[in-house]
Amino acid sequence: MKVTLWGTRGSLATPGGTTARYGGNTSCVSVHGPDGTVLVLDAGTGIRPLGMTLPRSLRRVDICLTHLHLDHIQGLGFFAPLYNPAVEVHIWGPASTTLSLRDRLMRYLSPPLFPVRLRELPCQLSLHETPCADFTIGEFRIASALICHPGPTVGYRVMTADATLAYVTDHEPALGVPKFPMDGAWTSGYDLAAEADLLIHDAQYSSEEYAQYVGWGHSSLQHAIAFAALARVQQVVLFHHDPGHTDQDIDRLTSEAIAATRPTFAVTPGAEGCVFELGSR
Amino acid sequence: MAQQEIEVILIRQLASYLAMPIVIVNTVGTLLFYNEPAEKLLAMRFEETGELTEDEWVNDLRLTDEHGVPVAPEARPLRIALHEQRPAHTTMWGQGRDGVRRHVEVTAFPLIGQAGRVLGAVGLFWEVKHA
Repeated sequence: MKVTLWGTRGSLATPGGTTARYGGNTSCVSVHGPDGTVLVLDAGTGIRPLGMTLPRSLRRVDICLTHLHLDHIQGLGFFAPLYNPAVEVHIWGPASTTLSLRDRLMRYLSPPLFPVRLRELPCQLSLHETPCADFTIGEFRIASALICHPGPTVGYRVMTADATLAYVTDHEPALGVPKFPMDGAWTSGYDLAAEADLLIHDAQYSSEEYAQYVGWGHSSLQHAIAFAALARVQQVVLFHHDPGHTDQDIDRLTSEAIAATRPTFAVTPGAEGCVFELGSR
Repeated sequence: MAQQEIEVILIRQLASYLAMPIVIVNTVGTLLFYNEPAEKLLAMRFEETGELTEDEWVNDLRLTDEHGVPVAPEARPLRIALHEQRPAHTTMWGQGRDGVRRHVEVTAFPLIGQAGRVLGAVGLFWEVKHA
């Protein structure tokens, strides 16, 4: 599978010269399968440039939303396939305890926040609520589970016969844990990430910043690396960069986190345009 | 061992910070966790016992009414919360592994997660102090 990062920023799109290298678009990752399946993880502002690269011949695309905070859905209305009647668009994401996924999405995709209503989108739209039992999209087998973040939030594990990607952004597994990490059975997101080839994980804060934002649903870089070590992944991508962090800040914080944790696996700060090829096909 | 559901993880974390004795059981009554105040009440330490099956931990407790008559299993709040999926409350006397008989109030409620998933039950104990 081919994994491409289209938006790595957390909370708020942050364009500008000081964020150009890691990028200012909010969360969006595409996963292309060896047989042509296109899966999109989150619909932050990074989904707009992704939509512009997809071929007109595409007939189906699946979007898996982790949750409905604005930085994860803000680009949805600007995703070109939504306006193509020939395309099936399947959106997967969490309902709340009182509202369906459709009702929740309509809050954004309706006036006054957005001029086009969900029901007016020309594509062939289907909505699916997660988490749910493992499901299949083309050649991908997908597991979903609720993870620790304010409001219903889901992480995804995308599997082919020879590769596994875990997408666990907006995640605070260290919340309330006196000495992180605990064992896997009592750690949010562990089953999703266990022994993945690539883990894309929240790393919004420095350790000092995390102390000020406990409970906000995000991780420090060191927590992300510790979680990756617990899950025995092959590689971790640090993701959901704080909008206040410049490229230089991310370089420095990554170096400091690696020095403090000494991981035995690759640690890569997520940058827009980064591509990861997983598996042999 | 499979990962616990996030709601169970979070309630354990909350319980570990609270000063009231709290126990958490899964859908078959296995004692998944009890906090430090509950350790005092049950006279055992979670770090030493780990998880306990329902037989293992209930058999170690002698639960009676004020007259010393054993409380039937189906009348125990945790059992009611688990099997009838409703909150329950009662007062009883409990005797843990240390042999000390304590007067406690017990409130239990079912743990129902997102999408109505039944995940277990939580028991909250309150020791009644006699002057």
